Amino acid sequence: MAETLLKIANLSVNYGAIKAVRGIDFVVNRGEIVTLIGANGAGKSTILRTISGLEKVTDGTVIFNNQIVNHMPSEKRVRHGIVQVPEGRRVFPGMTVQENLQLGAFTVSNKSQNNSGYDTVYQQFPILKDRRNQDAATLSGGEQQMLAIGRALMAQPKMILLDEPSMGLAPLYIQKIFDIIQKIRDTGVTVLLIEQNANQALKIADRGYVLEGGKIIATGTGDELLSSSDVREAYLGG
Amino acid sequence: MIIQQLINGMILGSVYALLALGYTMVYGIIKLINFAHGDIYMLGAYFGYFFLRVLHLNFFIALILSMAICAVLGMLIEFIAYRPLRHSPRIAVLISALGVSFFLENGMSYLFGSDKRSFPQAIETTQYHFGSLQISNIQIIIITTAIVLMILLNIIVKKTKMGRAMRAVSADEEAAILMGINVNRTISFTFAIGSALAAAGGMLIGLYYNNIDPLMGMTPGIKAFVAAVLGGIGIIPGAALGGWLIGILETMTQAVGLSNYKDAIVYAILIVILLLKPTGILGKNKREKV
Repeated sequence: MAETLLKIANLSVNYGAIKAVRGIDFVVNRGEIVTLIGANGAGKSTILRTISGLEKVTDGTVIFNNQIVNHMPSEKRVRHGIVQVPEGRRVFPGMTVQENLQLGAFTVSNKSQNNSGYDTVYQQFPILKDRRNQDAATLSGGEQQMLAIGRALMAQPKMILLDEPSMGLAPLYIQKIFDIIQKIRDTGVTVLLIEQNANQALKIADRGYVLEGGKIIATGTGDELLSSSDVREAYLGG
Repeated sequence: MIIQQLINGMILGSVYALLALGYTMVYGIIKLINFAHGDIYMLGAYFGYFFLRVLHLNFFIALILSMAICAVLGMLIEFIAYRPLRHSPRIAVLISALGVSFFLENGMSYLFGSDKRSFPQAIETTQYHFGSLQISNIQIIIITTAIVLMILLNIIVKKTKMGRAMRAVSADEEAAILMGINVNRTISFTFAIGSALAAAGGMLIGLYYNNIDPLMGMTPGIKAFVAAVLGGIGIIPGAALGGWLIGILETMTQAVGLSNYKDAIVYAILIVILLLKPTGILGKNKREKV
């Protein structure tokens, strides 16, 4: 039986009067890739931000690793293994690639663990090794995305939250990013993925949830959702 | 003659630079012009006075103690007066900073009187002559101390974990949180470092000018702020550069007989930079990458 790593129960999140997320439930099991798909403004990013603690829970619970984390400060959640790669990459400009990775490992105090973190990331992304002394702002969009993912891996996450990792990237990089996501899962890290590129996301996902207006309107395995005519029509362009 | 003025300007400028660093670091991390910063410089001088006059400590020990106490005070001020307003409009924090400034100036006047007091001559002045140039041991101490502190700051900011956290929070607070960085702790740390540097500036100026008073931080505070803007607010090397430039400019103005206008000229510079290059000498216009 699959073991639950993240459980979202009856979660609502309001921004003032706006109800961004309206009572949703879903689970992510250890070792899975789960994707949330839906149009712009469906509440996907809000859910991810709430899991990371950047937004406050209005109602419901976020349970991670059998612990309610509703009131845990964001930075502490990182120590507990919830690590987010934010939308738009958000690498630190004015700092080198290496420094960005060092910041990713901010919560890891064990030196040998840290060194093996670099090895893993540089092995996964050789381009980052070549550019390790370069200012992160000088990287291309795709390279910055790899850096953002590499930086998140440095924190040794149990679960990685990816917010639109393929957004604004050249097609060549988009494929690469989806390959990388699968590789990350293969190393034992659970993945929660948000994508507008629903087609690609569902192809690599074990399961998916379809969001609309802050609610979950459909769920199933990646293949089921890909072949559902409703989903195809609404999100995959027919 | 001009070299002599240049040297004098560098000495004064190092004190401005020490103060400007605090302005720029705090601005970089919470986008606040900390109007109370000049008053920390004043407090630093008063603690120095106490350690030297009452406890008769060695100047450098007094310097370190005064820096340490002001570091704690800086953290305390941030905690009490700025942190509760972190998510309020920026003008609210700015007014709070003005309030802290008045509180410290008037509080010190009330407690210790508003008269000037003479700062202990903890180190006896010796003049050295190099041809026509003249430089005192006090001047050498000021510039050396300032440079040593700046090198230490540079090491902290570039090489330590806390320094990296400072830069990360300055660059992108939310992304920093996602790295597991405790933003409150990082901001406290920034205030501690900035305040310690201001305290050092206050003690060095006490040693140089031989007197201190509760309002001594006002004008240097504003000049250091101009220095920070001139170099590029939020940019650490810019603050050092700006400090030295303002110091040299002020000395040169006096040298050509325009002493009465020295402050006016500094403010005129502020206006000119804000009009022509608001990002300062080292500032870059940011462009987003797609």
